Amino acid sequence: MSRIFAYIAHKSGVPDDAALELLAAAEKIDTAAAPTAILTGWGADLDAAGSALRAHYAEIWEISHECLAYPNAELIRKALLQVLPPGSILLAAHDHFGIDLAPGLSIKLNAAFVSDALAIDGVEGAYLNLIRQEFGGQVSAHVRCDISSGAVITVRPGAFKPGGRSPANGVVVAKSCEVGALTAHRRYLETIVAETGDVDISKHSILVSIGRGIQDKENIAIAQDLADALGAAVSCSRPVVDAKWLEKSRQVGSSGKTVRPKVYLACGISGAFQHLAGIKGNPFIVAINKNPKAPIFQVANLGIVDDVLEFLPELTHKVREMRTLAAK
Amino acid sequence: MMVVSIPIAAPALPWLTSGRSLFPAIHVLGLSCFAYIVAKRLVPLLRAERDLRFDRPWARLGRVVKFWLGQWKHPRYKGAGTLHILIFAGFLLLAVRAFTVLFAGMSGTPGTPVFESQAGHLYGIVTDYAATVVFLSMVVAVVRRLVFQPARYQVPVQYGRAHTADAVFLLVLIAILMVADSVFEAARAAGQSQPSHELLALLSLPWVLQVALTSASSSTLASVCMGAYLLHQVTFYFLLCYRPFGIQFHVETSLFSVYFSKLDRQVLKPVRWGIPEEHLDQVKSFGVKTFEDFTWKHMLDFYSCADCGRCSDNCPANAVGRPLSPRFLTIKARDYAFQHYPVFRASNHGKPLIGSLYSEDEIWSCTTCGACEEECPLLVEYIDRIVDLRRGMIDDGNVPQSLQKPLKALESRGNPYGKMEKKRGEWANARELQPACHIKTLNGQSDANTLYFVDSITSYDDRMQSIARATARILQHVGEDFGILGAAEKDSGHEARRFGEEMLFLALRDHNVEAIRACGVKRIVTSDPHAYNALKRDYQDVPPVEHLSQVIARAVKSGHIRFRPVGEGNKVYTYHDACYLGRHNQIYDAPRDVLDAIPGLQRVEMSRSRDRSFCCGGGGLMLFYEPKEEERMGVRRVRMAAEAGANVIVTACPFCLVNLEDAIKVAGMEEEMSVIDLAELVEQQVARENPQAA
Amino acid sequence: MEILVCVRRVPDTSENEIELNRAGNDIEHEELVYSVNEADNYAVEEALQIVARVGGNVSVVTVGGEDDEEILRREMAMGANQGVLISDDAFRGSDGRGIAAILKAFVQKGNYDLILTGVQAEDGAAQVGGMLAAMLDYPFASLVNSIEVLEGRKLKIGREIEGGNREISEIDLPCVLSIQTGINEPRYVGMRGIRAVASVPIPTYAASDLGIDSVAIGAGAAKVKRLDYFVPALGKGAEMLDGKREEIIARVVELVAAKGGLK
Repeated sequence: MSRIFAYIAHKSGVPDDAALELLAAAEKIDTAAAPTAILTGWGADLDAAGSALRAHYAEIWEISHECLAYPNAELIRKALLQVLPPGSILLAAHDHFGIDLAPGLSIKLNAAFVSDALAIDGVEGAYLNLIRQEFGGQVSAHVRCDISSGAVITVRPGAFKPGGRSPANGVVVAKSCEVGALTAHRRYLETIVAETGDVDISKHSILVSIGRGIQDKENIAIAQDLADALGAAVSCSRPVVDAKWLEKSRQVGSSGKTVRPKVYLACGISGAFQHLAGIKGNPFIVAINKNPKAPIFQVANLGIVDDVLEFLPELTHKVREMRTLAAK
Repeated sequence: MMVVSIPIAAPALPWLTSGRSLFPAIHVLGLSCFAYIVAKRLVPLLRAERDLRFDRPWARLGRVVKFWLGQWKHPRYKGAGTLHILIFAGFLLLAVRAFTVLFAGMSGTPGTPVFESQAGHLYGIVTDYAATVVFLSMVVAVVRRLVFQPARYQVPVQYGRAHTADAVFLLVLIAILMVADSVFEAARAAGQSQPSHELLALLSLPWVLQVALTSASSSTLASVCMGAYLLHQVTFYFLLCYRPFGIQFHVETSLFSVYFSKLDRQVLKPVRWGIPEEHLDQVKSFGVKTFEDFTWKHMLDFYSCADCGRCSDNCPANAVGRPLSPRFLTIKARDYAFQHYPVFRASNHGKPLIGSLYSEDEIWSCTTCGACEEECPLLVEYIDRIVDLRRGMIDDGNVPQSLQKPLKALESRGNPYGKMEKKRGEWANARELQPACHIKTLNGQSDANTLYFVDSITSYDDRMQSIARATARILQHVGEDFGILGAAEKDSGHEARRFGEEMLFLALRDHNVEAIRACGVKRIVTSDPHAYNALKRDYQDVPPVEHLSQVIARAVKSGHIRFRPVGEGNKVYTYHDACYLGRHNQIYDAPRDVLDAIPGLQRVEMSRSRDRSFCCGGGGLMLFYEPKEEERMGVRRVRMAAEAGANVIVTACPFCLVNLEDAIKVAGMEEEMSVIDLAELVEQQVARENPQAA
Repeated sequence: MEILVCVRRVPDTSENEIELNRAGNDIEHEELVYSVNEADNYAVEEALQIVARVGGNVSVVTVGGEDDEEILRREMAMGANQGVLISDDAFRGSDGRGIAAILKAFVQKGNYDLILTGVQAEDGAAQVGGMLAAMLDYPFASLVNSIEVLEGRKLKIGREIEGGNREISEIDLPCVLSIQTGINEPRYVGMRGIRAVASVPIPTYAASDLGIDSVAIGAGAAKVKRLDYFVPALGKGAEMLDGKREEIIARVVELVAAKGGLK
């Protein structure tokens, strides 16, 4: 069995949530394997992140290089090529960084490539069986991947639940000297932070989130009414921002904000995974959608098949009623 | 004309001598200036696209008589209308006198006996009053402009300075003309030594002035006479030459504008006149992109616009704050013509219209409701121009993203929602309809006498499908042998065409025409006014089409449909005229007759009804467009219904239904107002003989 | 600037029409309508806008068969100067890596400054762009949502990263970029435009024209194979509330309050 590696991104010394998910994914490939975590970076942040992983990974490789202080996929790919043994299996999260790094890496490693894996069924000889989705999540597919010369596999964030593995006492291995000079034809300049707008949805514990089902810009008032009644904020999925009905700062999702509310009301949201990827912390999710087959009902706690334009005003009415009663 | 001999004292002779050369000189100068100016004004028309307007001269003359001579549209605004009719009549009456006075000047003596008869005398009286009326009208008009300032004359900030100064200037000039004329008449009459046959019209302006001049000496009178004549002549020619520089050009151009106005009002202008559909592929550019792409008739309309503002006053887009004002579409184009085809300098080319003269949103904001065209006293054409401008934008790929998706869906799936073809006829399988109402699909295996053309929204939208079912039940109740095309039906293409996608429209139309002909029906019924208009006006070679309201009205009249009385007593109904049923096709009474036949139904009229109805917001592709507006048209309309005292609005159009129902929600008026489609109401109230058939 | 955009013809899935076929091993193709992959369309629009600013040509290429010509024509109607079809029976069954190898062979026949692809297509793999870049040894960036042409064979690009933030980088030409939807507002292509290019010739290249080694392509070379399509049995999922709206609302309010949802 090839050696399994997990590339872990980190920020300000804290490893990404994917760290534990990749561990769970690796377990699915080979229950006996002890995957190695690989981190790249520079200085104290890298050391802190590496340290944090010692509780979960048996071995942690740290590639420390000044030019890797900012995670530039082009440079990191070159670095990884110099340390990864041939035939390895590398796991990474299917996020904006994984999309950047992984496909090219698989070519350079001459390994197979599968992206956005949802589930891993296991190894069968020289093949790894996985499950992916296609057509925006409308159908699933069984995929067979030839891992005889290794593989690069990206994994859907949140798809692999961190398992109850006995804690490890990991060893950090410095790999910096194995990596030579790193130059790339792509150079990081700066990050432009999204405008926060008037409302910071990541600070609210209750969110009334709207999707395409709101149908029209004017109907957002219906959601705002409910939010006002609940003491919540209005957030949304990507299509609402693309249609320019709300600012980008209201978007929940992989290309929007990550939120950790207590209660999340998904109103007219289909439940595309890019949106769900922005919801962390396992909130109580109530989903209202006209389409009983909407994927959101798979992840919600409570599901209601109804037209949001009719349901929300009545809900608002009831909430207000309850508050007036409570106030008396 | 009366005897106009002036006892001229000798000292006045030099005046006269110089007058002999002065007055003809002014004539020649004035007329040649005018001719030059008009020639320069015609230049853009010569570069314009062609427009075939030289057919059916008798019909055109009829329109001239009705709209130009008869001022048919003017009384729609009582105050201004009356005023204008008086001014117009006055001008016509004075026209003859003006020419004879000027002609008289040519022969040297300002005052040559032209008529000397009873009729001439009578004419004099009439014209005296005419001049008085025109003068007083000028006074009233100036007061209106300066004191009362009607809202529709106002110029919003983005369109530049107010037009008041120019308007008042012209009104004052006309007043001066009248005064000069009257002074001339008065002085002449006052100078009569012999007892005159002529009497100036009692209490007319000349009469009043004559009284003031009775005591003047004859030499004074002679001078006054000459002076007045000169003033009249100069003012006349100044006005003549000044008018082509502003809105008063309509005095000259209106006759032509009305003569050449569109005879087939509901038929859209083809992409290019004279180019048949088969050759459209060879046309290099579709639509209006530069000024010269307009036809000469549209350019003539720019000149003829009198800036009255009635169009914008009735435009629903303008009322809700969309960036569209029909009046300024025309005025801006006219100013463009003045700027780029000036009288005194060489003509020069301007930039493409969209993005400089007009904004995209300005042109996409129009719902083609036709209120502007209905109002315009000069029959200026708007819808064709908007469609042409849209054709140009589509040709350039300049289409808002919100419209691209439904257009693409129309192309690939035959409906703007992108839903599958096979689901189009599924509403007919609804459990509520079986088994009593089985709807035939005319796909070759079954046939029928009548086709029920459902069109896209009624077929696919969950809410609108109830209209389809109600329609089917009604048709069955009146014994109609009908069927639907089902999956073979595609969108009528009505809005695709009006949004400028002509080729897409043609493809949809050709598909539907083939399907309709293949099923061999003798007539078509539809509950959708947009489909009705398309089948009637845009499609050729299809069986005659009727709207459901007409079918029901006829059945009510013949007794085939009888109604049960309405139950609850607190419902007050009002009928909302859909634009494409009412204004565009003049079907106002059939739906009302149907409602009035329902016993116990209380009906009120909104103040804006029939041809003054207020558009609900638009149908078809307009449902997808995201306009910039202060308020929804639907919300405005729903409030009008409430003002009229109604709590139920009845419509006969699925788009009106969806817009008004949405508007009620947005306005938070769910408790006070509801909407129902005519078909739904009728189906609800029909008295069934056999209770099991319900 | 010579720009090549790799495009793909995909089923239009906006109305959730993907269903399994009766055999249960593939999707039902019968009533699908096809169009160009949305992200690829954004890429073509971006290429056209770049060329409008700095001059040059836009070519579009696809790997497929006769049916795929229609999307090449559509992009040409939009403004692309040339459309190329790469077609050969030997390509059938290629995985993403195989497609990238085919495109690499084509790219090397030409002289392109910039190669664009859409971020991902209907299979959500988001792989061809990155693979192609690695095979060509060109720099790569994914999820690009802004492009500015700089002096000296460089671009300034923005990438979409988490939180709605944008990562700005400089990248040297020639390079490969995968374009994210929303980067621009693609122009409309009407029926008229498509008809105008209906008879423009589209050159077709076979494996031999490109000098591709058959070992690298086709089903035989594929390391990744999709075995089937299926719709998973729905798990427990949400507790679905039934009944009258009033009752549902009462329950919702109760539960939301219990979970800390009433401030």
